[in-house]
Order: sequence, then structure tokens, then C-alpha cells
Amino acid sequence: MKLTLKVWRQNNPSDSGRFVEYQANNVVPDMSFLEMLDVVNGDLMAQGQEPIAFDHDCREGICGSCSLVINGRAHGPTRGTTCQTYMRNFSDGQTLVIEPWRAKAFPVLRDLVCDRSAFDRITQAGGYISSNVGGAPDGNALPIPKVVADKAMDAAECIGCGACVAACKNASAMLFVSAKVSHLGLLPQGQPERTARVRKMVSQMDKEGFGACTNQYECEAACPKEISADFIARMNGDYLWASVTTEE
Amino acid sequence: MNLDSKIPEGPLEQKWDSFKSNMKLINPSNKRKYKILIVGTGLAGASAAASLAELGYQVETFCFQDSPRRAHSIAAQGGINAAKNYQNDGDSIWRLFYDTIKGGDFRSREANVYRLAQMSVKIIDHCVALGVPFAREYGGLLDNRSFGGAQVSRTFYCRGQTGQQLLLGAYSTMARQIAQGRIKSHPRTEMLDLVTIDGRARGIIVRDLQTGKIESHVGDAVVLATGGYGPVFFLSTNAVGCNVTATYRAHKRGALFANPCFTQIHPTCIPVTGDYQSKLTLMSESLRNDGRIWVPKNQGDKRSPDQIPEADRDYFLERKYPSFGNLAPRDISSRAAKEACDAGKGVGEGGRGVYLDFSDAIKRLGENVIRERYGNLFDMYHHITNENPYKVPMRIYPAVHYCMGGLWVDYTLMSNISGLFVLGEANFSDHGANRLGASALMQGLADGYFVAPYTITNYLASTKPGGVGTDHADFKRCENDVNENIKKILSIKGKRSPLSIHREMGKVVWNEVGMARTRQSLTKALQQIPAIREEFWKNVSVPGSGAEMNKGLEYALRVSDFLEFAELLAEDALAREESCGAHFREEYQTEDGEAKRNDQDFAFVSAWEYKGMGNKPVLHKEPLTYDNVHLAVRSYK
Repeated sequence: MKLTLKVWRQNNPSDSGRFVEYQANNVVPDMSFLEMLDVVNGDLMAQGQEPIAFDHDCREGICGSCSLVINGRAHGPTRGTTCQTYMRNFSDGQTLVIEPWRAKAFPVLRDLVCDRSAFDRITQAGGYISSNVGGAPDGNALPIPKVVADKAMDAAECIGCGACVAACKNASAMLFVSAKVSHLGLLPQGQPERTARVRKMVSQMDKEGFGACTNQYECEAACPKEISADFIARMNGDYLWASVTTEE
Repeated sequence: MNLDSKIPEGPLEQKWDSFKSNMKLINPSNKRKYKILIVGTGLAGASAAASLAELGYQVETFCFQDSPRRAHSIAAQGGINAAKNYQNDGDSIWRLFYDTIKGGDFRSREANVYRLAQMSVKIIDHCVALGVPFAREYGGLLDNRSFGGAQVSRTFYCRGQTGQQLLLGAYSTMARQIAQGRIKSHPRTEMLDLVTIDGRARGIIVRDLQTGKIESHVGDAVVLATGGYGPVFFLSTNAVGCNVTATYRAHKRGALFANPCFTQIHPTCIPVTGDYQSKLTLMSESLRNDGRIWVPKNQGDKRSPDQIPEADRDYFLERKYPSFGNLAPRDISSRAAKEACDAGKGVGEGGRGVYLDFSDAIKRLGENVIRERYGNLFDMYHHITNENPYKVPMRIYPAVHYCMGGLWVDYTLMSNISGLFVLGEANFSDHGANRLGASALMQGLADGYFVAPYTITNYLASTKPGGVGTDHADFKRCENDVNENIKKILSIKGKRSPLSIHREMGKVVWNEVGMARTRQSLTKALQQIPAIREEFWKNVSVPGSGAEMNKGLEYALRVSDFLEFAELLAEDALAREESCGAHFREEYQTEDGEAKRNDQDFAFVSAWEYKGMGNKPVLHKEPLTYDNVHLAVRSYK
């Protein structure tokens, strides 16, 4: 297969950036999308040109590092992360436009690499259960119904990649935040801090410059882990309860 | 050099208690005067950072990823062992200890492994408290599954994403300490050197991967929790960013590297498909609970698997190891698969693959149960290979997965350099020559949550906080070394990408120092690796400058360390003239092809001392003594 790539190149956060065209020859259908970029980068480097910068690590869809918008879709045309997108989903001669996540809260650092540290700060605001090492009771001391544990796990599967933000026209982070809020809020261990948690995390989300949710569910459609937008409704309920039951 | 393992006196079960009773303590108001630098934020690093910060120390963490949550522990699938005996099937701390020692083919320290088994129970409790959503039974109690090398069910799990959930737990509790100002996190920051002053580890030199700036950080202790070195083989199940740089640079500053040749080949990975491939994907060992491994009985049988009748199939693990069957330990299962493929019975393109077949389990339990247990793994397999494993058997082949070897540490997890602690996969201490499944997560968290907080406190209590700054001559000298090295790489301006050189080296290491090693193959590797290294330093092309984000430079620096480390790995494999665990020397095998250990001459830890580029490293031996277990021939038949 041969493909034409139009890749976003930007030297640093203050550079205005531009699309640059590259030819990807010798593309094999079983290649992953990132392996295709490896080959392009290998050729660029051998010619003394700077490679296209992109984030990636585990290449098995779990670390959440990779983050490309391919032909307008976060993580490309198939469900799953960019690293789990295979070239067999494209056709010979196709032109692919490759961009970084686009969101005010995720500034581009270089080429296809953006800064997602806003997610870390949202977690720091309250995405945890305050329990020090040493004081935990026996793991079976608190039975948790299977359906509850399973639902918490559904939410906890979020890999924090940010595709939900990239797919949303408002660059809203509601799916990410609601996944974390719901994971901990569903579990009995998470109850003591449940209302404080949702208030603090939502407030940090707003501070970071993410947009509001207008119920388009693009986030759910783009999520490589199929996190359900129902968690957003759940979080809204928690948030409402928190705002009428707590002062400040 | 005297390798003092500092194992406490007394009976095995009381050693850790005895350490804790005799350790020195630091007053809470003095703890905040000490600073601890932690490199790596996987399970070991993140849990150590959180627990040390909870005690009141100032902690700074460093990781090359853009967030601590992305460290490669996140990719562990199957589970975490703990001797809870919730299943009433005869498990105990002793049994977990014994399984681990035996699984490691009697090449690990009794005292360390026993402590690990003791800590295992507390890990589950703490993780539950942090909100880790472990799988539950309908009654609400924790569920377990079985793993290789054990005849009890002691593995706790979160679907096929146990590592992710445990890491997110550690990351969240670390985030809480960041919010409280007790941890300062430095993501996108890579350690490039260790600074020792008067024989003590006092700091690190790092490169800010976003700006390219070289910076010094000073502390009272340095913790390396930087994982394994699998990508020395190029293709492995590790993340492509995993590297040996932090531990190898510490090695060059005097830390001994122990058992580098103990590298685990995992039996169930998706086979290699092409030359462009950047990594191999693991299919969790937990699949062997329900999947049956087989190859066609006849060489070159090209029929599709559903056309091959039972009589023409060889379920080789069930045949060779009837009591453990498909759950034989990893090293044994991997070699058996290789043997079958070497005999021309391999399946798939290139013949390097065996079937992992779920059709019996689907018939017995129904597709829904299988989907619930392994759904995400099946999806992943489908995605990568374009084959539906609910309909056709998976094809799997062994791949490099885990490194039992690592920096040498004593019982307190301190290396031979005072103040340098090494946790998790980065150290060598607990898994001997082979690690059992679901034990890596256990070790990472045991080290970080439950061991390091005590042993680091004990160390710091005998030191005065502070005292040196980053303006010290030794910091300046190391900074200068790092800068010069970067300048040198950028100035080569050759014709080859770091990737092509890495791939070339990886091929040599896999072919000559891989699943089966011989004196001849190792000697060959020791000739080829220096030549590839020379090629790197003559002909690598790293465009751009050091003063910006430069992914090519990051990669080239890692490859340059692999090119030196690969030689150490081969050297160690050559010196160990026996087969044990994952280290299989073809010269040393029994008549039926099993590993032939030599306890008389090789019951020791190999700890290598760096002697300068191009010079032979020096081997130091820490004898392994067994007072509680009998050194048996490992049998899973």
C-alpha cells in the first residue's frame, strides 16, 4: 500500500504550526498505524530530517499515551486506540490527515504531542480515596455486590487518553471526570468522600478550561474503552446532590 | 568485594519482624527534612512515593511518560498473587513462598521471598481500601483464578486489566500526596546519570524531555524503580519506551548488576508477523486456565485447525506435564512451544506458533462465561490478528516479557551504593531464574508500600539531612558528562536511524542469547554486539538539537545504553554454565530436554562490576544458602 500523509508539524508551543505532506510507501496491511509512522520517521531520520513527534508507549491500547486525530476522528476510524488501529482499515492511495488532540486545555507541545497534565490535576483535586498504608481492614471485610463491583470496573477502565475531549465540539472532559467520579463513588470505600470528590473534581475541570457538556455523546463514540455516557448523568446527579447538601 | 545481604538473624518467619523491631526510627518532625528522589512511577515507584510521602518525607518523582499513570505496570493483565487462602484450598504464606522459590528454580534468596509472601496478604487489603475494583463473587467476596506454577487459586484480578487498576490505585494515592505538597512530580523527565558523593547516592541528572534542559536534583536517598530491560531484544512485550538507561547508568557509577541473563520468555504472545513490527503483544497467562495448547502431530500439517481431528493433535503440555498441564510454569511452557516449532509442527505463517484453543471451554461453559473472563483479551487478539478467537484457536508464540535480573540489592533493597535503593522489576531479588505469573505486581507493591518505607527510614536515620547542593563538583562533573554524551550523538550525523540499529542488535540478542543459549552462540553475540555498537557511534543519525523536545535523541540515548548492556547480558549467560529457570544452556540439559541445574557450582547470585568501556566486567558471587527448603529438581510432571 501507498499512502499520502498530511501531518501537523509544530516546533514548539508558540509556533503557529502547519501541515506537511509525506509519502508512506511499503505500507503493509498488518502494520499498526504507529508502526507505519515508525517507518516514515526512520526514513526521515536517515535523511537527516527531524522525525514526527508523537506520544506512544505500550502499543497495546492500555497506557493511554497515543493520541492522534486521523481524518478528523480521534484514534482513527476503528474503535480502540491509535496504536491498535491497523493499516488494513485504510485503502491503497488514500490520503490521511493526522493531527494532535485539539483542545484549549491540551496545548500542543510539538507536532502531534500535546500536554494532558490537566487530567493529572483533576485527579489530584479529589480522584482518590484517602487511605494511608497500614490501616486497611481485611479485603473481604466489606462485601461488595458483584454488579456494583462490575459497574465500578466499567468506569475504572478509562485510560485517560483524552479522546473524549478531542472528539467533543466543546472540548468537554465530562466523560473522563465522570468515569473517575463514578468508579470511586459506586464503591462503599468511596462513600465518605463522595460529595467532596465530585465538587472538587468538577471545579478543577472548569478551571482547566474544558468546555461544558451538551449531550452529543461524541465522547462515548470515540472512547477506545467504550466508557458509557451514562456515567455523565450519574455524575450530574452526584454533583447536584453535593451542591445542595454541602456548604462553601 | 564483600556482598553483605544483611539478612536478619533468626527463623525465617521472624526475620522481617526482627528487622522492624530493631530498625532505627526518625521523629515525625524530622522526617520532613529528608528528601527522597524516586525514578520511575510504575507500581513500585508510585507506591513507594505515596507511602514515603504519607510518612512525611519530601518526595520527588520522575518518569519519562507524560503522566505517572502511564508507566508500563499498567499493561499487566492477569492478576496479583496473595496467600489469603480465601478458597480454602490449602494455600498459606509458606506455600506461596515455596512455589515462588521453586518456580525461580532455587536461585533467589529465601529471606526475601518469604517476606514477599508475607506482604502479599496486606497488599490486597490496602488495594481494596484504595478502591481497586477487584473481581467479586455474587456474594460480594473477592474472586480468585489460577495461574501457572501453583496448584491453588490465589490470584486476584480485575478482568484482564489488573495492572492498570493497581497502578491507577497507586497513582491516585500518589496524586493525593501531590495535592498535599508532599510529592513533587516530574513527568516527561528522564534520568541520565546517578551522582554519588563520598560513596553515597546523592542525586540524579535528568533531561527535561519537553525543553531538553539538563538538570540536577539532590536528595538524601535515591530510589530506582525503573522496571526491566526487555527491549534489549528489540521485540518484547514491554512498552517501546522501556529501557535500561537508569539502572545501567547507575551500574556505570558503581552499582552491581545481578543475574542479567535471567530474562523471562512468556509462552503466550501473539506471533511475529513482519519486519516492521515494533512490539509483541502478550495474551495473559490466565488464558491457560481455560485454553488448551496444541500443535498438529504431524510435521507440516497445513489443514485448518477445525479440520484436524483429536487423534492428529498433540496437546504437548498436557502430555509432558500431566499434573500441571497447560498451567506449567512459563519457562517450561515456552521451551516446549519452541521445541514443537523446531520440530516443524508450528502453525501459522513462518511456522513459529502453537494453538491456544478455547473450543472445549466454550462448549463446557458457554461463550458468555468466556467473554466475561477474557473478553478484552479476545477483543485485543481479534483487533491485532483479524481472527476471531471465539471461532478459531488463537496462535501464540513465546516472547520476551520480564527481567528477573536487575541491580543487586541487599535485604533492605539497597544496592551496594549506600543510599541507592532499587525496587520492583529493576532489582534482582525475588524471582530467581524464573518468575511465576501474577508475582510481578505483588513484588512491585510489596517493595513500594510495605518494605521501602521501613528500610529507607532505617537508612536515613543514620544520616544527617541535606549537606550538599547541586553546585557540588560531582554534580557539575556528571552534568558535564551527560551534556558531552548528547553532543557526541548529535554530531555523528550518519545515515541510519536509531530504530534500524536497535532492530539489528535485537536480532542478535534474540537469536544468540534468547530462549536457548550455547557457548558458541554467546561467543558469537559477544563478537557481533561491539561491532553494532561501533556502527551506532559512527553512523547513527539524530537530527535536531538537544535543547528542545527531540524524540529521536531520547530513543538514541536509550539504544546506546542497550548496546553496552547487551554485552553484559551475554557475558553473564556465558559465565553461568548450567541451565536454570529461564536460562537454558543447551549444553546442560537432562536426557528428556529439561533444564539441568548445577547447585554444586552455581548456587550463587552473579553480581557484575563495571570496569570501564571495553574492559571485561568483574564477577562477584553472593552464595545462596537454603536452610528451610530442600533444593529439589523442579518437576511439574
